[in-house]
Amino acid sequence: MRRLAPRPALLAASTAAVAVALIPLAYLAVRTAEAGWDRIAAELWTERVALLALRSIGLAAVVTTGCVLLGVGTAFLVTRTDLPGRRTFAVLGSLPLAVPTYIAAFSWVSAAPRLEGFWPAALVLTLCSYPYVLLPVAAALRGADPAQEEVSRSLGRSGWQTFTAVTLRQIRPATAAGALLVALYVLADFGAVAILRADTFTRAIFIAFDLGFDRTGALVLSSVLVALTLLLLTGETATRRRGARYAQLGGARRPAPRLSLGAARWPVVAALLGVAGLALGVPAVNLARRLAAGVSRPGALTEVLAAAGNSLTVSLAGAALTMLLALPLGLLASRAPGPLTTVLDRLAYLAHALPGVVIGLSLIFFGINVAYPLYQTHWLLALAYATHFLPLAVGAVVGAAAQSPAGLEEVARSLGRGPWTVLRTVTLPLTLPGIGAGAALVFLAGMKELPATLLLRPTGMNTLATELWTSTAVGAYAAAAPYAALLVLISAVPTWLLVARSGLLDKENLA
Amino acid sequence: MSDVVLSGVVKRYGRVTALAGADVSVPSGQLTAVLGPSGCGKTTLLRCLAGFERIDGGEIRIDGDRVAGGGRHVPTHRRNIAVVPQEGALFPHLSVADNVGYGLDRAARRSDRVEQVLALVGLAGYGARMPHQLSGGQQQRVAVARALAPRPSVVLLDEPFSALDAGLRAGLRQDVREALRADGATGVLVTHDQGEALSVADKVVVLRDGRVVQAAAPTTVYREPVDPWVAGFVGDAVLLPAVVEQGAARTALGVVPVAGPVTDGPVTVLVRPEQVRFTAGPGAVTATVLRHDFHGHDALVGLRLADGTRITARILDGAAPLSPGGEVSVQVDGAARAFPRDTAVGLPASTVVELAA
Repeated sequence: MRRLAPRPALLAASTAAVAVALIPLAYLAVRTAEAGWDRIAAELWTERVALLALRSIGLAAVVTTGCVLLGVGTAFLVTRTDLPGRRTFAVLGSLPLAVPTYIAAFSWVSAAPRLEGFWPAALVLTLCSYPYVLLPVAAALRGADPAQEEVSRSLGRSGWQTFTAVTLRQIRPATAAGALLVALYVLADFGAVAILRADTFTRAIFIAFDLGFDRTGALVLSSVLVALTLLLLTGETATRRRGARYAQLGGARRPAPRLSLGAARWPVVAALLGVAGLALGVPAVNLARRLAAGVSRPGALTEVLAAAGNSLTVSLAGAALTMLLALPLGLLASRAPGPLTTVLDRLAYLAHALPGVVIGLSLIFFGINVAYPLYQTHWLLALAYATHFLPLAVGAVVGAAAQSPAGLEEVARSLGRGPWTVLRTVTLPLTLPGIGAGAALVFLAGMKELPATLLLRPTGMNTLATELWTSTAVGAYAAAAPYAALLVLISAVPTWLLVARSGLLDKENLA
Repeated sequence: MSDVVLSGVVKRYGRVTALAGADVSVPSGQLTAVLGPSGCGKTTLLRCLAGFERIDGGEIRIDGDRVAGGGRHVPTHRRNIAVVPQEGALFPHLSVADNVGYGLDRAARRSDRVEQVLALVGLAGYGARMPHQLSGGQQQRVAVARALAPRPSVVLLDEPFSALDAGLRAGLRQDVREALRADGATGVLVTHDQGEALSVADKVVVLRDGRVVQAAAPTTVYREPVDPWVAGFVGDAVLLPAVVEQGAARTALGVVPVAGPVTDGPVTVLVRPEQVRFTAGPGAVTATVLRHDFHGHDALVGLRLADGTRITARILDGAAPLSPGGEVSVQVDGAARAFPRDTAVGLPASTVVELAA
């Protein structure tokens, strides 16, 4: 087939972008190695590390199991049964994504200040994360070919046998992908475990560094966490590759027949309402209650505005830097796919999987020792956002570039238009909306990022997320409420986009 | 008035040679079809002509100006060509009128040229529509109008009808043919569909393995193919071993006059299935009916000759039904084409070719 012309400039820019994204990981490795094996061993082989590992892995396992049960169950109910109010429940099941875990945790402690430890953290994280399973599984259930189930029934299998032998197999790649995402998310989560005082790696890293100034300890803990993350990531990649074989083999899609719930329908509705009440009702009610008490405090508005301004500035800087790095990578991935491009793409993804607290820690050391002019500036924070959210932006650029295929540009050239005119009249009008949406996503993700912001913000600068954190830490729940409310509003936008794109809102799919 | 001439064009992709010295001339005001099986280099030829690819040898001239070769590579937008790709590739963010007007300068866009070419392709009044509001066939018509609008030296059509269903295709290609003719445009149509090439083109260039094997009028390519491969590629062919004596070939189908100059000796002759007639006249031979494939407008009849050779005959509908196992008398109508015996190798597998066992 036609081979694309080599694009040395694009390749160089992409390599540079990936190198920037890998700074935290590389620097973590360098610093840990510098500590020397004896000190590492002394920090590593302790009862505390073993307990932390056990608790982190246990939390990930419990939350992932909970999310799979809740997510697959809800997905099946809203796509394949005659449940009343399916669309509403689909939306209610996706909305928890709009509640950052630290805000959910905040709303629970503000209601019951004594709430803390492993099980509350597991509950809050499950309620916040089950949409990560629900959304892909619902999409898989809608996309699965009902003819396979019909064939199974025609070959003499019962409804239940068909469900376990065919339907569950069809959605297995989606379930596995969602579950691994949840596990990664739980390992990396900082806000909920810190607020609910569940002693896991992220909280221990933060405490070791922030309170104890124990650098080697923090580095070693980070390395263990990164190792766990990499292990999970390998699993994720493997399921994704296997998932490719489950692709539907042609044929027009038609909706599967709906299962009648019969007498069970109202108990099911009550159960789903209960889950929604815990996941959304508790934060909403507590937030509203605290908000009513908090706005009367003098000077609150100026503080909120200042924090919002700071959030805006660092997130804008972060989004700009991220897009700058993402553009060459995205263009390379869409216009010159190949083994090298895949490697670069995977490496950028690797940086994304690093927990925010590890990125923050690594960049602090990087700032102090290598890039001192950046230390204590917005730009180091922007770099952390760029590292963390690069794959988000690359995905958006790839999607946008697909809106303007090379064939269109060739036609425009053949009609006598020069390269710049083609760029102005064809490429840009078609790709800018997608690139803009990607930048907006990164911007919003930066607004609600907590751990890296806590570690890297210039002294004295507060953002919405850090104000919430500081107020919660001293039990000033009313003071924290306005920040929490603003952050929920900010998180709602990307959630809405995600839900809309998943097709859950399409009338013909759920009506 | 424009002539396009490619001389000895070579294009390599790494170790693969896509074009191995292709010579093609495109007469002005006509539609030339470049025909070949997939992988023969026909799309590469079009991409080199358009300037999307740099050539590795030879040269390309448009209107006498060298646009490629000898160290020169005029970029696409200065070649005065226009492309109609397979899927139309309309600009999705522009209306039909803006799509058609894309290659026009400001003054021309205000003239009635846009409406004029839209009328040529049968879409007068569709200017305000957006591409997604059109059917596949209509989109393809707009793509043709867009290419015609700036009056390019040559319009390059890259299998523009292959994505459409068969019923739509026949009508559309005749309409496009008429639109090009009415506008006096020069066209190059790349296709792997011999029916399409033969029915719409003024000239057919047959490409194989990056080389031109034959370039002639459609009737010539069909009736006087240069070798058995071309014979089989452009239509159904019955190829029979024969011995020529005094201008006539002795075959299992009887003695058949041979067209053109030919020396005595062993040859392979080409008979088209429609030349095989059912008649009991003098010189006819007996054959056994093997099968009867009814196609509506005509039928293909499989026959076995006395010496075991299997051949195919095409008869028009209305002839008496022939049941397998029956005996018939057949005779060749008109002259056959003779090729030296050793050229009957490497025949395209897709064609109905019946060679002696």
